[in-house]
Amino acid sequence: MTLADARLGEMLTIKQVGGQGGFRRRLLELGLLPGTQVTVKSVAPLGDPIELLVRGASLSIRKQEAATVSVTVELKEQFRSGSP
Amino acid sequence: MTMAWPNAVSVEVPQKPRPPVILLAGNPNTGKTTLFNALSGEAARVGNYPGITVERRSASINVQNPNGSQEKADLVDLPGAYSLSARSPEEKITLEAILGLASNPIPSLVVLVVDAGQLARNFYLLLQIMELSVPTVVAINMIDEVSSPPSMPELSRRLGVTCVATNARKKIGIAELRKAIDQALLSGTPPSINLDYPASLLGELGKIVDVLPESWQLTESRRRPMALWALTSIGDDELRDIPSELRLACENMRIARNDHDLDLEIVHTRYAWIEDCLRHAQDKGLSNPPKRLMSERIDRVLLHPVLGFLAFALVTIILFQALFIGADPLIHLIEMGVSACQSVIVHYLPSGWPRDLLVKGIIGGVGNVVVFLPQIALLFAIIGFLEDSGYMSRVAFLIDRVMRLLGLHGRAFVPMISGFACAVPAIMATRTLERQRDRLLTMLVVPLMTCSARLPVYTLIIGALFPPSRLGGWLPVQGTLMVGLYGFAIVATLGAAWVLGRTVVKARRVPLILELPPYRLPHLRSIARMVVSRSGDFLREAGTIILTCTIVLWALLSFPRAPVHNGPAASALVTQVAQSAQQLPGNARPQSDAERAAETKPIIERSPGAWIGRSLEPVLKPLGFDWRIGVGLVGSFAAREVFVSTMALVYGISDNDTGAEVPLRERMRVERRKDGSRPYSPLVGASLLAFFAIACQCSSTLAVIRRETRTWRWPAFLFAYTGILAWLTSFAIYQGGRLIGLS
Repeated sequence: MTLADARLGEMLTIKQVGGQGGFRRRLLELGLLPGTQVTVKSVAPLGDPIELLVRGASLSIRKQEAATVSVTVELKEQFRSGSP
Repeated sequence: MTMAWPNAVSVEVPQKPRPPVILLAGNPNTGKTTLFNALSGEAARVGNYPGITVERRSASINVQNPNGSQEKADLVDLPGAYSLSARSPEEKITLEAILGLASNPIPSLVVLVVDAGQLARNFYLLLQIMELSVPTVVAINMIDEVSSPPSMPELSRRLGVTCVATNARKKIGIAELRKAIDQALLSGTPPSINLDYPASLLGELGKIVDVLPESWQLTESRRRPMALWALTSIGDDELRDIPSELRLACENMRIARNDHDLDLEIVHTRYAWIEDCLRHAQDKGLSNPPKRLMSERIDRVLLHPVLGFLAFALVTIILFQALFIGADPLIHLIEMGVSACQSVIVHYLPSGWPRDLLVKGIIGGVGNVVVFLPQIALLFAIIGFLEDSGYMSRVAFLIDRVMRLLGLHGRAFVPMISGFACAVPAIMATRTLERQRDRLLTMLVVPLMTCSARLPVYTLIIGALFPPSRLGGWLPVQGTLMVGLYGFAIVATLGAAWVLGRTVVKARRVPLILELPPYRLPHLRSIARMVVSRSGDFLREAGTIILTCTIVLWALLSFPRAPVHNGPAASALVTQVAQSAQQLPGNARPQSDAERAAETKPIIERSPGAWIGRSLEPVLKPLGFDWRIGVGLVGSFAAREVFVSTMALVYGISDNDTGAEVPLRERMRVERRKDGSRPYSPLVGASLLAFFAIACQCSSTLAVIRRETRTWRWPAFLFAYTGILAWLTSFAIYQGGRLIGLS
């Protein structure tokens, strides 16, 4: 499963950051490394982009790129802004 | 990166008269600019980075020199960056400034500003700077936003560089930071740090180290980090000045280590080091700063599918109102001031062309420049407020879906929408865009928006040439045309963005990475400073060009000097040209002037301006325009609404208290050629409207683009492409209309 099809508020762990080139490197540099916990916090009203909560920061990326990040679900229940 | 620079022992404070350079670096949204202001006091200079039109703010600050006395140092505010890896020329700025490449001076010290709530991510940049062994001091800023701040002595010890806790807004920790800066400048010891990169990676890195260009003049300690930089930057980049051997070596290494995930190896090694460092220096439970919770509550409303868009619409309306109505009183005040100056001089100086030059050319020209200030100041105040509060990122988040269709970043929304008021502040507002290419594309299409200076022209043409009747008994022709023109402008703008973004300013699609920072109260002092600096910038640089244009246009329409009896009409025109832009936005209210009662044949017909109008006739005829419209077009180059007063003067219509528009409208309506046909039919009107909607008939717009791009190439391109497009559209309308039997 990827970040693009994760449900809001699920606590996820990054398995792999796919994609390529500079964009992938930038995601890694921003701390989206395998093993990092991440949550999809919201989706823009027009359906794209999405807002991620990662390492205490809100980052927004488009779904197309989110689909390159594969994740596993840690916690199904709603998770609101608490510390991991 | 081809400029040579002296040997890279940047640890020494240079003994030259040149003051030491201190760079302020950091991720975006770390309060870097506020800290810059806190350190520098009030006097900041604004310039550009070498070779690129990205703003470079610097200020002179006092530091201690080795013999204990004070000396001046240059503090330079670098653009926000997440990492030194660079794919675009903009991102390379930070690296070049830190290394002293590309005609940047070699810095004595880097002050890295980090967000106390985001240490891990912020330390990534710190680590890269430390790897390059550049002397560094760290300001852990916004320390008030974390509940349990890390221990500074422990952090400093682990990192090997001094860390100081600061709160730039409240000016807390600034004295300590200054002391740390002084100490670091005196000792000048560069940090030395060794990360556990995989041995096999380091082994092969030698091949890249070997081909690093001589011109970079790297010291031994910097060669390996620079090879890593090259490896993580060169590939799908837009960088210039990268030698082909280096490109090849990087490519080869990627191929050779195909079985390894190079990027992950490098980034992972760095984060492992950072996490280890932070584990020891801070308590657990830092990840839930109170600001965030508050921000989330606000976002639940502002990013809500319904409420969010309502709020967004409200912000857009406020922006509109401010630019259209809010700036009005100030604009009138400037207008009054300028005419007061003019009447004083007219009163005291003898008449003649030197007085006209002074009154109409110079003072009028200065008025033409100053009149833009209210809108520029307001727009930048609003932008400052949006940026500082964190809402600008939300605007981009909300509207990205739409803007990406145009190949633009969501942030381009504000400059685009400002174009409805006036292209000049809108073009200046493109500075909020990070990529040069995005800025350029926005600048090239914003002048197509229906700016307020077009409205008087539209009102004249629609009022004069279209009947006030209703189509099909209910649809008012004139009102529909006006709305249609707005729609047309939007379609033209979007269409031009779509086409130009795929041809002239083509660039690789860049994926969006947008940080949504916590909401913060805007820092009014910083905003005020920015507004002042932007306005000053406009006055200095675009202002001179606009002034020159006004004087040239004055000359074009006022010589040869008229015999006394038929002079007034021409000088009245010139007054109009000079005063025109003062009437922004929108309401061109011709001013009364006793002089303007000329009944004789206007001198304007003999001016070089008229000659240009007549010479243009063969080009304009296929659009249905006669030479009079040609003269109007020349005049409207000072500002679009001058078209109205120029046309009035061509017809020798005196500009009495009720203004020239009503008699001019009548005159255009009843005008007949010798054969009895109308020179100004609705068809000509439609053709003229289309021409004004598209053509960039505005010297101020061209001047401000010249200022922003530092070249005449782009204003020339804009003028040419809108001119050709306008001509073709008008041609199609006029000739098409004639084909179906309209006259």
